[in-house]
Amino acid sequence: MNRATVVFAGLLLVATPLSLLAGRVWLDPASTPNASIILAELRLPRAMLAIVVGAGLGAAGAAMQGYLRNPLADPGLFGIAPGAALGAVAALWMGYAASPWLLPLFALVGASGAMALLAAIAGRTGGIALFTLAGLMVASLAGALTALAISMAPNAFAMSEIVMWLNGALTDRSWREVWLAAPLVMLGIALLWRSGKSLDALTLGEPVARSLGVDTRLLLWLLIVGVGLTVGASVAVAGIIGFVGLIVPHLVRPLTDRRPSQLILPSALAGALLVLVADSVVRVLPLVTELRLGIALSLLGAPFFLLLLLRMRKGLA
Amino acid sequence: MRLAVRDLTLAGRLSGVSFDLAPGSITAICGPNGAGKSSLLETLAGLLQPDAGDVSLGGQSLRDMPPRERAKCVGYLPQSHEIAWDVPVRSIVELGRMPHGDRLADPIDCALRALDIERLAHRRAQSLSGGETARVLLARVLAGQPRWILADEPLAALDIGHQIALLRHLRRAGSGGAGVVLVLHDLAHAMNHADRAIVLDQGHIAADGACEDALDRDTIERVWKVPVRWIGEPGHRALVTG
Repeated sequence: MNRATVVFAGLLLVATPLSLLAGRVWLDPASTPNASIILAELRLPRAMLAIVVGAGLGAAGAAMQGYLRNPLADPGLFGIAPGAALGAVAALWMGYAASPWLLPLFALVGASGAMALLAAIAGRTGGIALFTLAGLMVASLAGALTALAISMAPNAFAMSEIVMWLNGALTDRSWREVWLAAPLVMLGIALLWRSGKSLDALTLGEPVARSLGVDTRLLLWLLIVGVGLTVGASVAVAGIIGFVGLIVPHLVRPLTDRRPSQLILPSALAGALLVLVADSVVRVLPLVTELRLGIALSLLGAPFFLLLLLRMRKGLA
Repeated sequence: MRLAVRDLTLAGRLSGVSFDLAPGSITAICGPNGAGKSSLLETLAGLLQPDAGDVSLGGQSLRDMPPRERAKCVGYLPQSHEIAWDVPVRSIVELGRMPHGDRLADPIDCALRALDIERLAHRRAQSLSGGETARVLLARVLAGQPRWILADEPLAALDIGHQIALLRHLRRAGSGGAGVVLVLHDLAHAMNHADRAIVLDQGHIAADGACEDALDRDTIERVWKVPVRWIGEPGHRALVTG
């Protein structure tokens, strides 16, 4: 267990109880009426869902950056999140907004479709360049179909539902979403963690990794399925929450020896912490309606991305 | 463990290439740009699958060897000095042990010592000079204790001092029983430091044998199409044009 794992596990242990108390109404377990029901049925599942979603996105970001050997890589770029979003949008378009299971299931089907397309195009050769291009193609196709669904929404209510859902949030979620997402995300993180050693070898380039015995095709499959499960399940229960996968590995990297394998578990913990804290902040902000978590993280992520680009430009100069 | 190549064909790059290499010596693969040198080395390393023909190690075809078994026997050093992340030097050298599934300190320390980079072990990759990076990457290959070391242009981007030092390390590895195959552009280095030269021209073997024969004036003029002559004594040759 490296230093980053200990640090972020410790911070998560501190942040979780605080997040349970935070909200438009601060909870005092001793005096707030029905505190135990609010905690058990509202705050705790929401906090658990934030942890599950953040952990999945953080681990996926670390693995993708390691695989593409690029600190600007984000799992959202590779078609799985847009594929899941397209599935959810289809459910909303067909009027299944109120159905507790259909919307996340449609999203999982969308994520699986994106995974299958990625695997069909790039899975045979196992090449990184082809995988990246295939991901961009899947992402733009899913994005175009989502835009089409919005423009052809059957009514204004459906259109509003779609747009709201696309700006991810953890509002009004229950244990049902936690039980749906948690096993898939945990399995996904386990697969990504298993790819760690191969990602370390990839640090020296694809030919060296192959010469060291890395099966690059198996690695690609581990990543497609691992990212598919973590990101697909996260989008299915929370909508699009961007930038977590991009930001988190950068927060973790300075606390590790920078080997990709050392980043995956701490990035899962740091992702969980970031989403948990961000969700607590959007709850306590004094706004008329709650700020959508996806919007809040994008507002935080875009300047961070710019900062990264400026640092890279300075490095190149 | 002999490295044998039989009728190797790679569409558009190699055609009917055959040779047999014994361990314990340095073989230079030379040829003009586009002759197929790097493709040949990648095929010897098992990274490219030939369209026809076969590469075998100790009588076993590379095709039939599981990737990890092949990786234990063959250490491959590409021309690129790519190190994507700013990782510690020791962790780079440790990667050489990956096919063995261990991080044994002995071979890692031994490789660091052999290339005189023990003091760099805790430095970060991006703080290294070009010469230090080249030695670290070769140490990664040595840490795996491969029977064959295949290096593509290992002297490119190195100054003359580092070139000589690196060749000395490779010679020591050869003396230790490993076979060494180098793609070299510098014919004088090949002539002075290799035991055997294989000259490729447009995917075919143009000459193969002791360096004094395979890299003689006629072969160079025929393959590279430049008038040259060797000056100096054996082991200290220099190539001059005209």
